[in-house]
Amino acid sequence: MRRYSIFAIAREAMRYHSGWERAWRAPEPKKRYDVIVVGAGGHGLATAYYLGKVHGIKNVAIIEKGWLGGGNSGRNTTIIRSNYLQDASAAIFEKALQLYEGLAKDLNYNVMFSPRGLLMLAQSEHEVRGYKRTVYANALQGIETEWISREQVKDLVPIINIDGPRYPVLGALYQARGGTGRHDAVNWGYARACDAMGMDIIQQCEVTGIRTENGEVRGVDTTKGSIDCGKLAVVVSGHSGVLAEMAGFRMPIESCPLQAWVSEPIKPVIDVVVMANLVHCYISQSDKGELVLGGGIDHPNNYSQRGSWYTLEETTRALVETYPIISRLKMLRQWGGIMDITGDHSPIISKTPVRNMFMDCGWGTGGFKAIPGSGWAMAELVAKGEPGPLAAPFSLERFREGRFIDESVAAGVAH
Amino acid sequence: MQIIPCPYCGVEAEETELTYGHEAHLKRVGPDSDAADFEAYMFTRKNPKGVHFERWRHSNGCGKWFLAARHTVTLEVFGTYPAQTTEPPAELVEKIKAKCPEWKGWK
Ligand SMILES: Cc1cc2nc3c(=O)[nH]c(=O)nc-3n(C[C@H](O)[C@H](O)[C@H](O)COP(=O)(O)OP(=O)(O)OC[C@H]3O[C@@H](n4cnc5c(N)ncnc54)[C@H](O)[C@@H]3O)c2cc1C
Ligand SMILES: [Zn+2]
Repeated sequence: MRRYSIFAIAREAMRYHSGWERAWRAPEPKKRYDVIVVGAGGHGLATAYYLGKVHGIKNVAIIEKGWLGGGNSGRNTTIIRSNYLQDASAAIFEKALQLYEGLAKDLNYNVMFSPRGLLMLAQSEHEVRGYKRTVYANALQGIETEWISREQVKDLVPIINIDGPRYPVLGALYQARGGTGRHDAVNWGYARACDAMGMDIIQQCEVTGIRTENGEVRGVDTTKGSIDCGKLAVVVSGHSGVLAEMAGFRMPIESCPLQAWVSEPIKPVIDVVVMANLVHCYISQSDKGELVLGGGIDHPNNYSQRGSWYTLEETTRALVETYPIISRLKMLRQWGGIMDITGDHSPIISKTPVRNMFMDCGWGTGGFKAIPGSGWAMAELVAKGEPGPLAAPFSLERFREGRFIDESVAAGVAH
Repeated sequence: MQIIPCPYCGVEAEETELTYGHEAHLKRVGPDSDAADFEAYMFTRKNPKGVHFERWRHSNGCGKWFLAARHTVTLEVFGTYPAQTTEPPAELVEKIKAKCPEWKGWK
């Protein structure tokens, strides 16, 4: 892999940019790999990357039915934060945030991580209490967050209407280190680094079956033939139930769509990320000037990557009430991804009933921010066969044992 | 926008008139069941990419719960039926079989 640098740009400028090499190859699958990762989203790619980098396991294939980063990891609104309530979540999201802070350098790829500050508005007494509690919890976890007044909110977000009409802003939970990153760049950066370690990223190749023998995984059947493996890491978000069924078990997951949309580009109007969880809308502005907008999920089970109009309407109504100046903006694009929603709204990083088959899923509406931390924890689980401290609380058994990691109480949403 | 007929009042209700109630035909387990049964009842879901049997409530209408068979990719609604039953009506099952030959059945 040729490194990207200012000298590389200068060198290429002198020769009409003819020397840039492809960021990754398009290899045919080998007969066998030590580890097969299914799903080339951010979490799958990060799992492969840390398997190689931290654990020295490089005979790895990442198998993707579409194109890499074409799932939720290329469809999200890129909010990054680590201000969670429960210790287990705070630990893994904070690990992810810390890795994000050094990721561009680590991958030699500009992931455009932008810690511009993040606010979660409190618009009811319940939310005021909930977010103050989160601030105290974060203090104990060693994660810097603060409670700020409505006047401070107005200072940070001049375009906001803090007086309602329905729900006046009463203050906010603020994390100065939170912000956004560029989703494609995160996927591409990890992919390029995996390829550079000799791993095979095999796109347009769907896993159609999982082969087991005596309760242990042997390999996968794919649209490009059968491939053997020592270990299998399934990292397929909304399709986790489908893959689990291939291996003969069921997951505590339901799949449904989440949408996002962007406005026409305008001059800078908002330089922080603002989430309003009660009226359910969130907003940030991309470097191109588009307002990046989103809200809640559609509840009915749905694998179509399409959401409903009433969700768009509800969220847009909340946005216009909160930021009246955007009322006449035109919207450019709208799209959806398939969520993997678990019973307690927390992720799963776990062994499965099949030996040497592991799953990382259930990130639902909030897994972009977790990509590096999840990959780190999943790689450790796959390499050692046992979870490390980050992954251990997120095992599948917690549903049977009633050991939930309940984040929905605190926020109601989790982007 | 999905349109689903209410089997009680016959209204062709659109989604905002209804409340979704997730997977249908779950068998409720009692207090002396073991942890695995309880987990299966409370959390584990079929979540099929295909034909799904599910509960809906006509909440902004007659207020009653009913059941529906719907495809989770095409979003086609195959039919709805009253909630007072432990399995889908035979003619609905036949209709789905005819439309989706790859379907493995509702259990
Ligand atoms: C609209 C929207 C907004 C969001 N906003 C945010 C946000 O602001 N902040 C945040 O933190 N998170 C957000 N998220 C959530 C975040 O995008 C996801 O949690 C995260 O990207 C999940 O990554 P993943 O790698 O697990 O899954 P994915 O990126 O979905 O990757 C899974 C891959 O598996 C592949 N696959 C599936 N089945 C097979 C098969 N049989 N064979 C081979 N490959 C298969 C898929 O094609 C896919 O590429 C948002 C999501 C959406 C949809
Ligand atoms: Zn009715």
